[in-house]
Amino acid sequence: MRRQASDRLLFCLKRDQRRVRKRMSASGSDASKASEDEMPVSTEQPQLLEIRGLTKGFPGVQALDHVDFTLHEGEIHGLLGENGAGKSTLIKVLTGVFKRDAGTIRLDGQDIEARDPADALSLGIGTVYQEVNLLPNLSVAENLFIGRQPHRFGLVRTGEMRRRSQELLAGYGLDIDVANPLSAYSVAVQQIVAIARAVDLSAKVLILDEPTASLDAQEVETLFRILRDLKSRGIGIVFVTHFLDQVYAVCDRITVLRNGRLVGSRPIAELPRIELVSMMLGRELAAEALHRNQRKAVTGEPLVAFKDYGKRRLLEPFDLAVRPGEVVGLAGLLGSGRTETAKLVFGIERADSGQAFVDGKPVRIATPRDAARLRFGFTPEDRKTEGIVAELSVRENIILALQAQRGWLRLIPRRRQEEIADRFIKLLDIRTPDAEKPIGLLSGGNQQKALLARWLATEPRFLILDEPTRGIDVGAHAEIIRLIERLCEDGLALLVISSELEEIASYSDRVVVLRDRRHVRELSGSDVSANTIMTTIAGH
Amino acid sequence: MIRRHLPVLITLAVFIVGYMICLAQFPSFASTRVIGNLLTDNAFLGIVAVGMTFVILSGGIDLSVGSVIAFTGVFLAVTIEKYGLNPYLAFILVLGIAGLFGAGMGFLIHTFQIPAFIVTLAGMFLARGLCFVLTTDSIPINAPAYGQITDIAFRLPGGGRVTFIAMVMLLTFAVGIVLAHFTRFGANVYALGGNRTSAELMGVPVRKTTIRIYMLSSFLAALAGIVFSFYTSAGYSLAATGVELDTIAAVVIGGTLLTGGYGTIIGTLVGVLIQGLIQTYITFEGTLSSWWTKIAIGALLFAFIVLQRGLSAASLRTR
Ligand SMILES: Nc1ncnc2c1ncn2[C@@H]1O[C@H](COP(=O)(O)OP(=O)(O)OP(=O)(O)O)[C@@H](O)[C@H]1O
Ligand SMILES: [Mg+2]
Repeated sequence: MRRQASDRLLFCLKRDQRRVRKRMSASGSDASKASEDEMPVSTEQPQLLEIRGLTKGFPGVQALDHVDFTLHEGEIHGLLGENGAGKSTLIKVLTGVFKRDAGTIRLDGQDIEARDPADALSLGIGTVYQEVNLLPNLSVAENLFIGRQPHRFGLVRTGEMRRRSQELLAGYGLDIDVANPLSAYSVAVQQIVAIARAVDLSAKVLILDEPTASLDAQEVETLFRILRDLKSRGIGIVFVTHFLDQVYAVCDRITVLRNGRLVGSRPIAELPRIELVSMMLGRELAAEALHRNQRKAVTGEPLVAFKDYGKRRLLEPFDLAVRPGEVVGLAGLLGSGRTETAKLVFGIERADSGQAFVDGKPVRIATPRDAARLRFGFTPEDRKTEGIVAELSVRENIILALQAQRGWLRLIPRRRQEEIADRFIKLLDIRTPDAEKPIGLLSGGNQQKALLARWLATEPRFLILDEPTRGIDVGAHAEIIRLIERLCEDGLALLVISSELEEIASYSDRVVVLRDRRHVRELSGSDVSANTIMTTIAGH
Repeated sequence: MIRRHLPVLITLAVFIVGYMICLAQFPSFASTRVIGNLLTDNAFLGIVAVGMTFVILSGGIDLSVGSVIAFTGVFLAVTIEKYGLNPYLAFILVLGIAGLFGAGMGFLIHTFQIPAFIVTLAGMFLARGLCFVLTTDSIPINAPAYGQITDIAFRLPGGGRVTFIAMVMLLTFAVGIVLAHFTRFGANVYALGGNRTSAELMGVPVRKTTIRIYMLSSFLAALAGIVFSFYTSAGYSLAATGVELDTIAAVVIGGTLLTGGYGTIIGTLVGVLIQGLIQTYITFEGTLSSWWTKIAIGALLFAFIVLQRGLSAASLRTR
């Protein structure tokens, strides 16, 4: 029963694989070659956006190498590829953030060259960039309307702007005070605001670069409903995601990039999942990569335990214990208290009730420093603001926590730093020309991997992972899950937060389900399945 | 709601408490004369501070304002007294020159991505240097227009006067408030201070806004220079040294975050008044050296910066 989820996944893959093999033997070509054969472009809908031979290089990387991309009216087009494949770069060149080295872009048959994002907006191209980029200090309404506030005699009509914002967000099922600064709301709300803004701005083309990363299932459904509506109005949508389920749920067509090159473009209806994956990876994903080794039930004394731990207005008191070699999953909707649990446990928020124990002895965790001293590790969900130091190199980012733990006076020797960095770059397959590149210049998913490496480098005894696989491509996804399991075998205690129920069910020994800032139920043994988690979250 | 305006409210509370203390010690603080003078004496500081608030809100800094004030005074003195230029024409001319000067700084800051600190530091030396090119002496301005303008005043009951220059300051604040909080330009300024990259990705016209911000700051510095020349009736190359730092202090005490993005214009007015209050207190006290003003402002500044750190840490915690 415990293996149910991963087994199901495996079954799907095998089924797809069988189909592919059949097709391959019929056509006599291998999977990746088949994908390079250009499929005839569908001609039902007129072409909206036509990119030809787009090329863009950065020092040391060819991010785009003669890429072609065609978007039709009323089409949802998935742009896929591994971390660092060049998806975000394509979008940024298209919208004028970067200047292209070569190539043409035509919109409605007209050659265009956006000078800057404002220019792209005026051409009718609305974009949500990967790093949810809004202004935390402005109100929600201002974020939605900046640059196009309703005004009269040069004065912004704030009341009108707020009313329209409220209406706009109501369409996303969001009822918040739009006069509050954006920073008052969670990452998920911010992401919805960013989407709402882009949707409202896109007269012709809407581009979404991993917009669903911090949304829960219900919010994703709402988004898809809106996308389908836009589609029926003839708007072309470019959708970047690493969730293959979502690709199959909404996309009409996909284009795959690998190492800056075009691999192929296909209608989704005739593309088995396994083939899509091999298009992305350039090899077949080993089936066992997604297979979870079955583990015996973990017994013994808990490594960390929390009794009646809580904070008023943040989270109701809860009990939680994690044993060495055990993975405890935290599941629940966004805002249910998952991240808050992690923050309390790691001392980012100070608990005002209860007691924490490590190895059975009471301890005080008032600050993250206390937690780090107890050899806890934490990878936050909001990597852009809470995680990376964009100006520092990949190496420096990886050794940051380890160095902080040793104290800044006992500098880790440079050689040792390089060894550590290289080891994790290899282990997690971080795509970077070298360890000295500023981390801010890496692709989003690779930054996420480096952040994970930072905490792994400290060799923690207890590690909290908040959405560890977010924004990470399928190949590395499996790697990270494997890594989680390996860490467990080494006796690490893990607390993992994830919105992906299948995933959390596959590696967790126990799952704590949260609702409305409360730990409502703990599932263990055969109860750990995506279905049970789902029904518990729903409260039935 | 309260939380958002906390810094301003604290500034206001400091002002009220300070005023009460002064009043307890010197009952004449209640007189309209003292209040009128408070406004007049700090008029030029208030006007530059409005411009500086925009600059700091956008995440920048303008170190050139003191020099621009001095330049304005010298320019007016030289053109009016030596060349007999019509004072009003001279005003328009100097405001235009300063506007161009600011626009140039904004252009450099944006185009070459040079820190505002460095560009405006260069601007500071440049403007100060130009003063000396024009003249090294202190030139008195005796134009009749000056006498007429300084005579304009709104009489308050109790013998106080709200002078023309005080009115100019209050008007500048009024315009500043409208500009910052009720126009697209204002929203763009806050956007730049919130996160420059995000603002750019959201289509905020970063270049145009940056240029306008520094243009506004230099323009207001020139206006302050004009006001200052009414106040002193002279132009002198070494005038207004260090005013840029007083201005920055007023803005920060007024609750604007030095890193940009958060703050209000009205807070700056209170910040200016607090500085004026300290100054007036020390004048009344009589025995204290005027350097105590600097010490008091230094202490306040320090307290406010610590307070802001605390507040922003607290707001992050309760997110
Ligand atoms: N500003 C930049 N300067 C230098 N290199 C860059 C810059 N932006 C991106 N790159 C490099 O270009 C390559 C493509 O990055 P890109 O962000 O397009 O990847 P991606 O497909 O969006 O990946 P992910 O799924 O991780 O978001 C990467 O190797 C990255 O390091
Ligand atoms: Mg990307």
